[in-house]
Amino acid sequence: MWRQWGRTALLSRPDPADHDVVYAIQDARFIAPDVKRFRVDAPRVARYWKPGQFVIVRATDDGERIPLTVVEADPGAGTIDLIVQGVGKTTRTLNALTSGEWIHDVAGPLGSPSEIDDFGTTIVVGGGVGTAIVYPTARALARAANRVIAIVGARTADLLILVEELEAVADSVIVTTDDGTAGRSGFVTDALAEVISVEHVDRVIAIGPLQMMAAISQLTRPEAIPTIVSLNPIMVDGTGMCGGCRVSVGGETKFACVDGPEFDAHGVDFDLLRMRNATYCDFERRRLEELGST
Amino acid sequence: MTESTRRERMKMPRTAMPERDGRNRSTDFEEVNLGYTEQLAVLEASRCLQCARPVCVDGCPVGVRIGDFVAAVADRRFDDAALIVSEDNSLPAVCGRVCPQEHQCEGACVMGRRSSPIAIGHLERFVADRAAASSGRPSGSAPTGKTVAVVGSGPAGLACAADLARFGHQVTVYEALHQAGGVLVYGIPEYRLPKAVVAAEVAQLEHEGVRFEMNAPIGRAESVDDLLERHDAVFIGVGAGLPKFLDVAGENLVGVQSANEFLTRVNLMGANRPQAETPVLVGRRVAVIGGGNTALDAVRTAVRTGAESATVYYRRTEDEMPARTEEIRHAREEGVHFEFLLNPVAFGGETRVETMRLIRMRQTEPGDDGRRGVEPIDGSEVDVPVDTVVVAVGNAPNPMLSSTPGLRMSRWGTIVTDPDTGMTEKAGVFAGGDIVTGGATVILAMGAGRRAAKGIDGYLRTGAVAAASLD
Ligand SMILES: Cc1cc2nc3c(=O)[nH]c(=O)nc-3n(C[C@H](O)[C@H](O)[C@H](O)COP(=O)(O)OP(=O)(O)OC[C@H]3O[C@@H](n4cnc5c(N)ncnc54)[C@H](O)[C@@H]3O)c2cc1C
Ligand SMILES: Cc1cc2nc3c(=O)[nH]c(=O)nc-3n(C[C@H](O)[C@H](O)[C@H](O)COP(=O)(O)OP(=O)(O)OC[C@H]3O[C@@H](n4cnc5c(N)ncnc54)[C@H](O)[C@@H]3O)c2cc1C
Ligand code: SF4
Ligand code: SF4
Ligand code: FES
Repeated sequence: MWRQWGRTALLSRPDPADHDVVYAIQDARFIAPDVKRFRVDAPRVARYWKPGQFVIVRATDDGERIPLTVVEADPGAGTIDLIVQGVGKTTRTLNALTSGEWIHDVAGPLGSPSEIDDFGTTIVVGGGVGTAIVYPTARALARAANRVIAIVGARTADLLILVEELEAVADSVIVTTDDGTAGRSGFVTDALAEVISVEHVDRVIAIGPLQMMAAISQLTRPEAIPTIVSLNPIMVDGTGMCGGCRVSVGGETKFACVDGPEFDAHGVDFDLLRMRNATYCDFERRRLEELGST
Repeated sequence: MTESTRRERMKMPRTAMPERDGRNRSTDFEEVNLGYTEQLAVLEASRCLQCARPVCVDGCPVGVRIGDFVAAVADRRFDDAALIVSEDNSLPAVCGRVCPQEHQCEGACVMGRRSSPIAIGHLERFVADRAAASSGRPSGSAPTGKTVAVVGSGPAGLACAADLARFGHQVTVYEALHQAGGVLVYGIPEYRLPKAVVAAEVAQLEHEGVRFEMNAPIGRAESVDDLLERHDAVFIGVGAGLPKFLDVAGENLVGVQSANEFLTRVNLMGANRPQAETPVLVGRRVAVIGGGNTALDAVRTAVRTGAESATVYYRRTEDEMPARTEEIRHAREEGVHFEFLLNPVAFGGETRVETMRLIRMRQTEPGDDGRRGVEPIDGSEVDVPVDTVVVAVGNAPNPMLSSTPGLRMSRWGTIVTDPDTGMTEKAGVFAGGDIVTGGATVILAMGAGRRAAKGIDGYLRTGAVAAASLD
């Protein structure tokens, strides 16, 4: 079905004569070191996507299926925006692509949308590339009349993303960097603890590295603040068919791709997720080394 | 047929399927069965007694005219044979390979009582493979101007699409994954059903004007109601793909995976190839839990991807195993071990699974259905060391469309339909295959797809037929 185009060794292009959809890259630019923002043709996703949902992408014809959150969608233009952090073979292969090229497959939208309601004062916390994932939810919450406080953090100033975009939608934005090169010095958890100590908070939505989400969950538990995290288990199909993405929430096994990816943080078994996410680390390291040596 | 020819035929042995040697084949994914040559096919076909009342047909869920097509093979009228088979079966190259013939057509064949049944599956495969190499399918009727959405590209969806196209309707197939075929591409391994067989089927449908839209998870993307705005009818064939687990301690340890995950990584994602970008966890000692085709596919795939020892643990006995007999034999030849009357009760390990605790089962007296149950024997637990575990204890209906307004779901999560037409309670929406029956077989899914195609055709031609009342 997919005919080889043979333009580059890396990519084979789906023949537009055979298929209506070519996931062409309209725009691609680095917004931080190793973090690239793409605008991609994906009319179906653009039309039906809701904040909190993701797509499953294959960079090439042999590629692995990996999940990426949709940051923004333009149903009229039929495009979606993705923000990709190059951490391994597939994400780095993606980040080597530029406008005029194409992504082999973009399937979606997948996952349950974020719960959007007028909760009151809502804090959204984004750590690293997690900021990209939490941004569309923050925007939707702001539109739903929440008072939104955004806390975004990164190791260093260069790695901060979407701060301006968040400033445009949130009532206030607090920036933290581990090394103090921008905003406050320290972790997002420090900033969150401070806010919680001075005012009433109705809901927290935190997305970032597992460690960060686990720490935030610890922080809000004693205060009984409803807290949502977006989990990032390893996925294959994204349709509920493989069970590889299973996570434990409130003692129950859930499939993150269909039941999530957002869950009640206070029920999540973060240790289990950390353990399961390391399943293929030897393989991933090898593939990355091969990529580096070519 | 004279009595002497009859007796002669009964003395002929069943023609064996040429197959690759067990040791050779267990390291690669090339097809195990090599297929009959013309000569072997004719020889086997000539064993058929051409019964006046061919009971074999009763055994086939779609009623393939077995006697007639086998007679055509015996006469070397191979194209006729292909036409006869394709009247009732739109995926003969697939079904010839994967039907549980011993429980269906061959199980009913009268020859089975005297010697061994006619190798109907092998002959069907021969006829279909030969036809694929030469002729196409009968051409369709004039375009009707109606359009139908088919959701899911497994055997139910493909068969439904094929008939609808032939009836002159414009068909679009929507598939959530990046490749068409359903279980035929992500579940059943290459060595048993080459992907090329499925791809040829899909290419033929494209040639007949069926459109395929991949990467389209209906229910998350457009809903069934959205599809009804663009199409005159919808067929749902989304299968039963949700893997069941055992619900025992330690089941989320690294190394415990569903058969769907293990098989998808290898079959759909090609994790067995050296350059693959998708990893798969195999380990030295692989334990597979279950006794059906899925368990057998998983264990033989484990052998092929480097397991040093691969064992199937089944809680009943060999007699109750639902897997195809040929698969069990092939697995043994490839070095697979079988352990019966054992059931896992827990998995142990730090982060990776290291041990599996099993409890011994004993058979109970047959119940009203004549089937013997099993019960655990107290205090009989044993621990065995394992590196990976593949759980193959069945699949539940795919949930992504279960909240569609107007569809009635059973308490098992299957969609309720009128068995004759496949019509659901929602006007213009039909369903068939595993999503209606729960995990079943390719031939049943195919048959359901075809019945629904007829139902849809009737619905489209006669105008608004009221949605079935299904009480
Ligand atoms: C719902 C969801 C949304 C996500 N959204 C984004 C996003 O918007 N932007 C972004 O940069 N990243 C996102 N991720 C993470 C992204 O999917 C992984 O970084 C990516 O899969 C890594 O693949 P790789 O081949 O580059 O790296 P690898 O070297 O293969 O893996 C690096 C790490 O990524 C994880 N990983 C590997 N394979 C998979 C897989 N198939 N599925 C999920 N995780 C995997 C593992 O924990 C692994 O240790 C999201 C993950 C999930 C589950
Ligand atoms: C490992 C394994 C081995 C088997 N071996 C045999 C065998 O030897 N013989 C035999 O007869 N049977 C066998 N079976 C059973 C047989 O494969 C199934 O009964 C048959 O495939 C069911 O067909 P189906 O069309 O109903 O569904 P499926 O084949 O499951 O196809 C459903 C399709 O729908 C897609 N889909 C799901 N949800 C959506 C959605 N929301 N939107 C769009 N698309 C969607 C899925 O991705 C899939 O491609 C086996 C099953 C398994 C898992
Ligand atoms: S479709 Fe299956 S059951 Fe029917 S004749 Fe063919 S192999 Fe036998
Ligand atoms: S029952 Fe057996 S012998 Fe009789 S017609 Fe059928 S295949 Fe031939
Ligand atoms: S990714 Fe396969 S079930 Fe969730």
